[in-house]
Amino acid sequence: MTDTALASIDTKRLAVASQWQLVWWAFKRHRLAMVGLYITIFLYIIALVPGFFAINDPWQQNARAAFYPPQAIHLFDTAADGSWAIRPYIHPYVFKRDPQTLAAVYSEDKTRKSYVRFFGEGYEYKLLGLFSTTTHLIASENKAQPIFLLGADRLGRCVYSRIMQGAQISLSVGLVGVLLSLTIGVLLGGISGYYGGRIDFAVQRVVEFVLSLPSIPIWLALSAALPQDWPATLNYFMITLILSLTGWAQLARVVRGRFLSLRTEEFVTAARLDGASEGRVIFRHMLPSFASHIIASVSLAIPAMILAETSLSFLGLGLQPPTISWGVLLREAQNIRSIATAPWLFAPGVAVVIAVIALNFLGDGLRDAADPYNK
Amino acid sequence: MNVTDLASHLEQRAAPSQPILEVRDLVTHFPVRNGVVKAVDGVSFTLHRGKTLCIVGESGSGKSVTARSILQIVDAPGRIVSGSIMLNRLDGSSVDLAGLNPRGREIRAVRGREIAMIFQEPMSSLSPVHTVGDQIMEVLRLHLKMSRKDARARCVELLTQVEIPKPDAAVDRYTFEFSGGMRQRVMIAMSLACNPSLLIADEPTTALDVTTQAEILDLIKRLQQQHGMAVMFITHDMGVVAEIADEVLVMHYGKIKESGPVDTIFHAPKDDYTRMLIGSVLKLEQKAEIRLRRPPIPEDALPVLQVRNLQMHFGSLKAPLKAVDDVSLDLKPGETLGIVGESGSGKTTMGRCLLRVYEPQGGVIDYRRTDGSVVDLLKADAQTLKACRREIRMIFQDPVGSLNPRMTVAQIVGEPLLVNGIAKGKELDDRVADLLSQVGLEPSWRERYPHAFSGGQRQRIGIARAISLNPRIIVADEATSALDVSVRSHVLDLMMNLQDRLGLSYVFISHDIGVIRYMCDRVAVMYRGTVVETGTAEQVCDAPRHAYTQALLSAIPRPDPRARSIHNRHRYTAA
Repeated sequence: MTDTALASIDTKRLAVASQWQLVWWAFKRHRLAMVGLYITIFLYIIALVPGFFAINDPWQQNARAAFYPPQAIHLFDTAADGSWAIRPYIHPYVFKRDPQTLAAVYSEDKTRKSYVRFFGEGYEYKLLGLFSTTTHLIASENKAQPIFLLGADRLGRCVYSRIMQGAQISLSVGLVGVLLSLTIGVLLGGISGYYGGRIDFAVQRVVEFVLSLPSIPIWLALSAALPQDWPATLNYFMITLILSLTGWAQLARVVRGRFLSLRTEEFVTAARLDGASEGRVIFRHMLPSFASHIIASVSLAIPAMILAETSLSFLGLGLQPPTISWGVLLREAQNIRSIATAPWLFAPGVAVVIAVIALNFLGDGLRDAADPYNK
Repeated sequence: MNVTDLASHLEQRAAPSQPILEVRDLVTHFPVRNGVVKAVDGVSFTLHRGKTLCIVGESGSGKSVTARSILQIVDAPGRIVSGSIMLNRLDGSSVDLAGLNPRGREIRAVRGREIAMIFQEPMSSLSPVHTVGDQIMEVLRLHLKMSRKDARARCVELLTQVEIPKPDAAVDRYTFEFSGGMRQRVMIAMSLACNPSLLIADEPTTALDVTTQAEILDLIKRLQQQHGMAVMFITHDMGVVAEIADEVLVMHYGKIKESGPVDTIFHAPKDDYTRMLIGSVLKLEQKAEIRLRRPPIPEDALPVLQVRNLQMHFGSLKAPLKAVDDVSLDLKPGETLGIVGESGSGKTTMGRCLLRVYEPQGGVIDYRRTDGSVVDLLKADAQTLKACRREIRMIFQDPVGSLNPRMTVAQIVGEPLLVNGIAKGKELDDRVADLLSQVGLEPSWRERYPHAFSGGQRQRIGIARAISLNPRIIVADEATSALDVSVRSHVLDLMMNLQDRLGLSYVFISHDIGVIRYMCDRVAVMYRGTVVETGTAEQVCDAPRHAYTQALLSAIPRPDPRARSIHNRHRYTAA
């Protein structure tokens, strides 16, 4: 697909193609990166409206559905007379207790069918925090018979819905944290690289100090120091702040390096001799030259942030329940008993892996396409 | 002469045997995003033992790819599509190199052992973390299975052959301890390690100064006669071709335009392209016609720029590198002052000091403004300096690096007008269109980005940017050295036309005596930061007084195979 599309780019369009167009054309040839891009877009749509993708209320406990196993959706509904139709349904599970071990045993009841409806009615949630609605992508026709696509946890909460809800926090921690470290990094790195000399020396020593800090113990100490009674949102912001505290140093180095190499470029000298002011030289001539590099390093920094948040929350030092993030969800999978009886509790881990891999592919593609003029 | 006798002797011995290399209908393609680039498109030639074949052509002619195809080291994604490359060995066996697997054992046995190659940039072809000896010995041990001791002895012998001083000590040195010319000698020593029957040299002297180039060319010639090798020499420099070639192959866009003995190519070219190529080279051998017609600049005119005792040092105060050391120059209005010198002579640094890109440590640069007042640029405050920089402009060497790839041509050319508040909006657009047509570019191309232009066109954009503020002086730093020879004279002619029309004075910095002679009124010769000779272009180029200038001129290859001269050159060693 991309090859034919690129072949149609004639020289005339190439002649007037701006930097971003060239980057996009180069990026499009990187198939894995395109896949990463689509998955990333999809994940962030989920993060934007998690309620729409959820089936059951993620906070809703259900005593009769503890460790409820995942249910498969059957697409073709065959009636008793042999005719069939495309009408997705599930077989509900019947709860029994093993008389000897007293363990909960769920068995599929093939005689009953519980139909699934797309864009059906479900629990009430707020869309973008503004409108109340009850429409969901997937809903059960029978309100009394909930659907557990990825099973339920020890309190009978729907794992699938909780993953959807957790995407919001987990993915946005990466974004907000990186934005924060980007601001600090570009500012300090830029100053350091452009002015050089003593300022450069001072900033670089600070960067080295920050980079020499053992990050995990620092995170642990800082987040342990957060008061437990703070509201969830404040807690969340403190966590992103802690994460970005060490993230900016790498970025500052990248920006400084670009500035140093650009300072001696002939077109920058030319701009200075043209009479352009210092600000114009920086923002009009130098910044566009490495904007794409920054975007690439940012997209590679986001997955690291996501992993950091997940690890912190998993250890119980990041976000606290009832806040839902992927790391918080994985705490359910901490003890061996849950894993033995309910391996589906690992599903949030799969979500983390998908998100991190997709973002890494995206970042790799961006990095390769970032400088279309250096072949 | 001794030299030719030896060559013809070898020729007699080799004459009954078949050619060492026969290339038939070689086609090498590079698939790109919108089709296929036919880098080599049906090339055929033969190469005989003891002979030198020069492949000459401008950039993009496919001459390097042809050479690389022979050893199957074409850069990805290029590949040989069809054709045959027969290598005939002395024992009578032959092999078709085009049919071998590029990663196979057979082609590896040919590379370095039977066919050796040297490249343009010796630094990047040699490993910086291994000693010279290690790298040459590796070849010997790999191909000839020599013992460590034998290999080392042979290595010293090879370094002696390529005239590296103190070869015993040089074996244990690293490549960065050598100069460019010495590195190229090491490369040659390495390529000779296994006594190859064919040496492919891909622009081996392009990155070197003329005096070093002459020595390397001499060395290759001598080694060729000693070893009876065939040499395939790739170059864009017609002077070098005239100096060393037996046979010449002229390439253009992947096709052979003309081939034949060197004398025929230079004195009776049949093809139009060859004629154009030779014509543009010969054009730069004399003064430009428009300069001969122009009335001379009055002797008593007050200089527009007067440089006195300029000092520019880099590095520490204790042991400074004196890039510019006590330079004094005068530039008269309407004049072109050439600054000529080899790399490291400080000519570029000097040119940049004139605009105070660097801060010189001492001296005076007096600039006479239009109202007659004189400003010392080195002491001028920011405001005055900014005003003066509008009148003194610069043209850069690198047509790629000097244009911001992220801005359209209109933005690049219009930038000086915009930041100085001279024009904006519709007026700016009109001015830019006018400037582009002045430098011979289509005004409708102004929405394009620099990547859509060729080297010559990019340099024209740079000129348009320089003249946009109606300057009085332009410092042109190697403005044409990155351009092909056929484009070079066009750009020079444009610069001279603009000079006459706009009343410009040029400080024209170049290492190329031909360009200096063509363009300049007066010339200053720089050597290690100092000016050793100043005079009119004719005097300096035809009757140089200083010994350095004489040595420099004697090393320049002339584009005439009947007047081979660089082996008669003399060296200059500073006192």
